[in-house]
Amino acid sequence: MMTIFGVPTQALFGQLLLGLINGSFYAILSLGLAIIFGLLNIINFAHGALYMMGAFVAWMLLSYFGLGYWWALGLAPLVVGVFGVVLERVLIARLYKLDHLYGLLLTFGLALIIQGLFRNQYGVSGLPYAIPPELSGGQRLPFMFLPNYRAWVVVASLTVCIATWLIIEKTKLGAYLRAATENPTLVQAFGVNVPLFLTLTYGFGVALAGFAGVLAAPIYSVNPNMGADIIIVVFAVVVIGGMGSIIGSVITGFALGLVEGLTKVFYPEASSTVIFVIMVLVLLVKPAGLFGRTA
Amino acid sequence: MNGRFPLAALAGAFMAGVALTAPASAQTAVKIGILGDRSGAYSDISGEGSVVAARLALEDFKPEQHGLKVEIVSADHQNKPDVGAAIARQWYDRDHVDMITDGVTSSVALAISQVTKEKNKVFIDTGAGTADLTGSQCSPNTIHWVYDTVALANGTGGAMVKRGGTTWFFLTADYVFGQTLQRDTTNVINKNGGKVVGSVKTPFPTADFSSFLLQAQSSGAKVIGLANAGADTINSIKQAGEFGITEGGQALAGLLVFSSDVHSLGTKVAQGLVLTEPFYWDLNDQTRAFSDRFSKQMKGSKPTSNHAGVYSDVLHYLKAVAETKSTADGAATVAKMKAMPTDDPLFGKGVVRADGRKIHDMYLFEVKKPAESKGEWDLYNKLETIPGDQVFRPLGDGNCSLVKG
Repeated sequence: MMTIFGVPTQALFGQLLLGLINGSFYAILSLGLAIIFGLLNIINFAHGALYMMGAFVAWMLLSYFGLGYWWALGLAPLVVGVFGVVLERVLIARLYKLDHLYGLLLTFGLALIIQGLFRNQYGVSGLPYAIPPELSGGQRLPFMFLPNYRAWVVVASLTVCIATWLIIEKTKLGAYLRAATENPTLVQAFGVNVPLFLTLTYGFGVALAGFAGVLAAPIYSVNPNMGADIIIVVFAVVVIGGMGSIIGSVITGFALGLVEGLTKVFYPEASSTVIFVIMVLVLLVKPAGLFGRTA
Repeated sequence: MNGRFPLAALAGAFMAGVALTAPASAQTAVKIGILGDRSGAYSDISGEGSVVAARLALEDFKPEQHGLKVEIVSADHQNKPDVGAAIARQWYDRDHVDMITDGVTSSVALAISQVTKEKNKVFIDTGAGTADLTGSQCSPNTIHWVYDTVALANGTGGAMVKRGGTTWFFLTADYVFGQTLQRDTTNVINKNGGKVVGSVKTPFPTADFSSFLLQAQSSGAKVIGLANAGADTINSIKQAGEFGITEGGQALAGLLVFSSDVHSLGTKVAQGLVLTEPFYWDLNDQTRAFSDRFSKQMKGSKPTSNHAGVYSDVLHYLKAVAETKSTADGAATVAKMKAMPTDDPLFGKGVVRADGRKIHDMYLFEVKKPAESKGEWDLYNKLETIPGDQVFRPLGDGNCSLVKG
């Protein structure tokens, strides 16, 4: 059997595929963050809490209303998105004129409050959520056993990422959005309702987080801290990709998933730190991130 | 901080009792502090449930009939040793707390134990795992009540090897607790004729275990030992189900699993998991009766073995104080607790050993299949009872200074 540094190539393929799957979560979460930062200039620390909320909404839909996974996939992002719209209107909109730090502090506080409320109500051990029957089981590939659900995660997140990118880069709506970011006063002078655009953008960004939460619910522990655990890594992904760069966040998300997967084979102890090491190196060489524009 | 959750619930019952028994001047005042995790990773095992358990112990003991006036206070140590030690110090110095219990999280437990010895009070730990509490760091003021890493290793490790699980692969949380658990279990496996074929150190905490599980799968080991706790355990079991580990003939052994963890997984995912616990709510009529009273006050959740431990140790402590009629000398109270055999509805008969280790039976459980489970808390089948004298570390092996060679 062929080996690379003592690891059979077959096992390596398996690990790379798993890395790609984890990268899907990073990609979809960092995409939401990048959109929000790019258009609203808000560093949305509440993103992890809203991802957690997506998973909990999926659980609630199932336990209180008997609505299964596929319903949740559509409804939970909607619920989280509407919640985001309310947050933006009531609180975040007041901070656009102030320094970044205020937005960061506000959203960080919001994250703590949301997590605290869920912890108080549901405890910390988490709640059960099963893989939908249509996607249980798996395929025996030559090099690994691939659960169907994992394959679905990659497909779903790639689709959402590409669709989002197309909307923002290729449609008229996206063009308005980008213009509103560049020069809000001028765009408003053309009769475009900029504040509404910003509200909807925030709602859409956090709906992506809710979507990722539903994707995660069947495979990760659904508990109030699940967002806090992942959000730091996702921020590192955004920083490496370049704050606000949409395509950068998606590519970096998948790429770092791969790097993390490889680390888990060769030196598992470092797999939680490798992303931050890369972040430091990237910041030293390209302070604006791999895909960021230098101001 | 101790005033955050004031408990005046006993006052009414107490006042009613006063008129019937001894005059108030003859009563011994006792203050019990529940120092646990009220907001973090272990708050479902510890937290408010421990306070409820202590309150139930008072209801059953009826302190006023024994000339005692008991008060309960509680606080959150946030799983930080410095916070735990500071609260313990303040409780002992300023608030006249006589005994601290719960103490989940090993590092915090060791810190509280130090302060307790310094102030000559009483510390009864229920939630922490480290066997050092009754080993190299044992103290005349500390009792370790529910379980420890050695007992878990003996229980799950020993039993699995005897049941044919002769080759093991470990997923080990990369910090002291995980490594200790792996070391202790490895000793037990080797002693019973089994073999460890590999292990992987997983960063703490980890959300995605799939690549580690893949390594465990390709190792061909018969048993995958999970030397981790809390959300790490839940994630690894959930993902093991997804990757068809148990369907492929490999068994999962949870080395530290509480019923609240299994409840969170659901039987569909956790079925077949083998684990060791000293208590389960559905063991017998007495545990069921206690659990019913408990869940009425806890939004329907059932007590974990840690909660049962708090109930049991508060009961035994009060029995000892009722005899000594004083709480002034903590070491003397602990000596009295060691001299008296323990007996309560949840753990049955037992003893507190010279090194502070409370001895009782442990049980090997297997998580039920969804078809067998009759409700969300109907989780375990009992596989076997492991007698207390076999499951805990022999008295002479712990290197405790209180044990005379």
